[in-house]
Amino acid sequence: MRKSRVMALCLAVLTAVLFSGAAFAAEELSINGSTTILPFAQSTAEAFMKVNPGTRISVSGGGSGNGAKALIDGVTSIAALSREMKSEEIDAAKEKGRNPVQHIVAVDCIVPIVHPSNPVSDLTAGQLRDIYSGKITNWKEVGGPDKSIAVIGRDTSSGTYEVWNEKIMEGTAVTPRALISASSGALVQSVAGNTLSIGYDSLGYVNEKLVKALTIEGVKGTPDTARSGAIVTSRKLFMYTDGSPAGEIKKYLDFLVSDDGQRYVAREGFVTLK
Amino acid sequence: MPERGEARRLSETAPRRIITVMAMSGVLVMAFILLFLLREGMPILKGASITELATGRLWYPVSAPPLFGMMPLIAGSLAVTLTSSALAIPFGVALALFLTEICPKRISGFFKITLEILGFLPSVVLGFIGMVVIAPFLQVRLELLSGLNLMNASMLLGVMILPTVATLSEESLHAVPQSQRDASYALGATRCETMFKVVLPGASRGIAQAAILGLMRALGETMVVLMASGGAALLPQSVFDPVRPLTSAIAAEMGETSVGSAHYHALFFMGCILLLFTLALNMLVIKIESRGEAD
Amino acid sequence: MKETVNHEAVSEGFPMSGLSKSSDMGPVRPGYALWRKAADSLSTFLLWAAMAFVATVLCSILSFLAARGGGSLSWEFVTEPPRNGMTEGGIVTPIVGTLQLIFVSMCFAFPVGVTTAVYFNEYARGGALKNTLRLAMRSLASIPSVVLGLFGLAFFCAFLRFGASLLSAGLTLGCMVLPTIVTASETALANVPQDYRDAAHALGATEWQTIYGVVLPSAFPGIITGGILSVGRVAGETAPIMFTGAVYFAPGFARNLFDSVMALPYHVYVLATAGTNIERTTPLQYGTILVLLAVVLGISMVGMAARSRLRKDVL
Repeated sequence: MRKSRVMALCLAVLTAVLFSGAAFAAEELSINGSTTILPFAQSTAEAFMKVNPGTRISVSGGGSGNGAKALIDGVTSIAALSREMKSEEIDAAKEKGRNPVQHIVAVDCIVPIVHPSNPVSDLTAGQLRDIYSGKITNWKEVGGPDKSIAVIGRDTSSGTYEVWNEKIMEGTAVTPRALISASSGALVQSVAGNTLSIGYDSLGYVNEKLVKALTIEGVKGTPDTARSGAIVTSRKLFMYTDGSPAGEIKKYLDFLVSDDGQRYVAREGFVTLK
Repeated sequence: MPERGEARRLSETAPRRIITVMAMSGVLVMAFILLFLLREGMPILKGASITELATGRLWYPVSAPPLFGMMPLIAGSLAVTLTSSALAIPFGVALALFLTEICPKRISGFFKITLEILGFLPSVVLGFIGMVVIAPFLQVRLELLSGLNLMNASMLLGVMILPTVATLSEESLHAVPQSQRDASYALGATRCETMFKVVLPGASRGIAQAAILGLMRALGETMVVLMASGGAALLPQSVFDPVRPLTSAIAAEMGETSVGSAHYHALFFMGCILLLFTLALNMLVIKIESRGEAD
Repeated sequence: MKETVNHEAVSEGFPMSGLSKSSDMGPVRPGYALWRKAADSLSTFLLWAAMAFVATVLCSILSFLAARGGGSLSWEFVTEPPRNGMTEGGIVTPIVGTLQLIFVSMCFAFPVGVTTAVYFNEYARGGALKNTLRLAMRSLASIPSVVLGLFGLAFFCAFLRFGASLLSAGLTLGCMVLPTIVTASETALANVPQDYRDAAHALGATEWQTIYGVVLPSAFPGIITGGILSVGRVAGETAPIMFTGAVYFAPGFARNLFDSVMALPYHVYVLATAGTNIERTTPLQYGTILVLLAVVLGISMVGMAARSRLRKDVL
């Protein structure tokens, strides 16, 4: 009997400890969506919370589709998308009485990357398309060594894939032989660890110490080319809210596009709006 | 005193009823799992027939129009499961033989703990090792297109299921009566002959069960294949081809799809396929077991 | 206790091998005896080698991780939340998140598991109900964890509207370990000698009084041991919580059941696959893996130690 009382006490204490924070009420925000946006969404959220200790922001990233889904279901305050919301998604949201409002929060471009030891440094959009559709399978066809190409792509449902598909592939199907990485970071690691590989990733993830960024038709992926649209793979990064933002949501979004907020965008390797 | 009898009867029947009801929540959980997977998975059949899904060779779930050919994914799951089992089951049985027949009693406890710790390793840690250690190694040493492939994932899965197979086999080897070993030795058999001709056949049913449970675990494992198998949805031609098993496709794509889309239903349908496979294997285990009891 | 016949006696030509020699020395295969002996030694060697190989694999995995991650372990690492886009700070948020997940899953799985075991062992008298439940439990045990994740998403998150939360993820994990707890508790209950029950009944205890007052207390250590061992599994699983409640970043600990949480295994996955600054997150990755291993193996070893003490007590 005494044992069970001790046990009960332990359980009670444990519960109290584990949920002790519950006493402090705070404004709750959540950002949900694209893995591309995660890094700066998180660091701006951190910075924002430092200035506004009354607000709590959680960041989760299942992908752009996941973010849209969460906004439609009303379980997130902000959806982060690395592509524009699709018309079906907007329809679904309207059906549930929600009104997605778009905010452009940063600019980005997608850069083809290879292993640092690879002599190839420039490819045309056509060559990239042929490599990804499986027409070109050897590096010597594009001026490299006589070695096979290990094609690495992204999941067909990621926003990065969709932009690549639209701007480079122009609808041509990616070869089923392509290796698929589940996230942006995993892709960089795969390319960094494989001398034969080619991949594509958002500028923010391209770490020049680990991988070599290729130019597309002579255009290098830089903040300027991304902003001006000189590089074909430039894109905007979005956040969506349900209706016009108000209160803490508005404060956070304002912070994100302010010079202070954009500093974090730049620090994570992405391209600022201005 | 009728009231007291009444109270006493109540204090008897109440806990009994409560416990029965609570125990039945297990059935409820299982029923809900079946119900919800079918509910979310079946709508895909409105747009495509089962044969189209099962024999289609192209998995392009978000192209327009989407292609839901699951054959490469199913083949990927089977390839990974069979390769890892081919590596791990003989090895696991060998370990079980070692532990029951050869290992001196003093140190067998140590080896059993080793096996058990191996079994406790979280799969995400093994997947990580596959990604950052084994993949570059395979790629450079064997000059492959990529180190993230069927072989890499199968080796790691083999490590994962090895403890299951070894521990369960060991139990069934233990159950072989000592008198049979004694009889074999008395006839002049060596230890090797006793092991392979007397002990192993005597435990064959238990070992078969262990092997199937190992298969089942390999089939359902997610993180290792997600991180180490390469993720290309194609029919593997060699053990160094990348594959995309069902589990990794579900884990990778679920987050990026929108609820209620055909892709979402297709992923749940894949969950149903996995469930079907594992339940069938489970039935097989139960059948082997009940036949064992009947003997 | 079982090696009543010493194999060395056989191979070294003592009593029994005389027999075998005489039967093998026939004119048909003169080298047969030699071959048999060689096969015997070879098989012994190979089986030793197999075990040594497994032990080496485990040791090299653990020492590799320890060597890479040891440097990043510090008091700050386990007491500070992640900072600066996961490149600095510690991992206290996912550590606490994992503890919270364990707690929630056990709140569901432990009572249900134990009562199910009590039902099987003390109440059920065969029949369709018992068989159905048995079948359900075995099927539940065989379900792949990612399929349970799908179920959690469809049922807890969407249907019951719990959202991606501590509650959804915890309950999904609870469903996963339920069969393990049932099996462990059943074994523990079955190990309670029938005499105890008979004695209680003889003293006039009712069935429930017997179970509550006699059977459960004596089976309790075994039940707890099973519980601890399953906690190790809850702590290490990733697939069921990926879509049901684990998040990339949470600002602090979950303060109620409907908050989302960070969890150690998911954090390992996130650090390995996301993040723009791989060089700076690499030490954190190995550190997180070490902490995850310490949590999972630590809990499991406590369970294993408790179990071996228990076995000694029984014997």
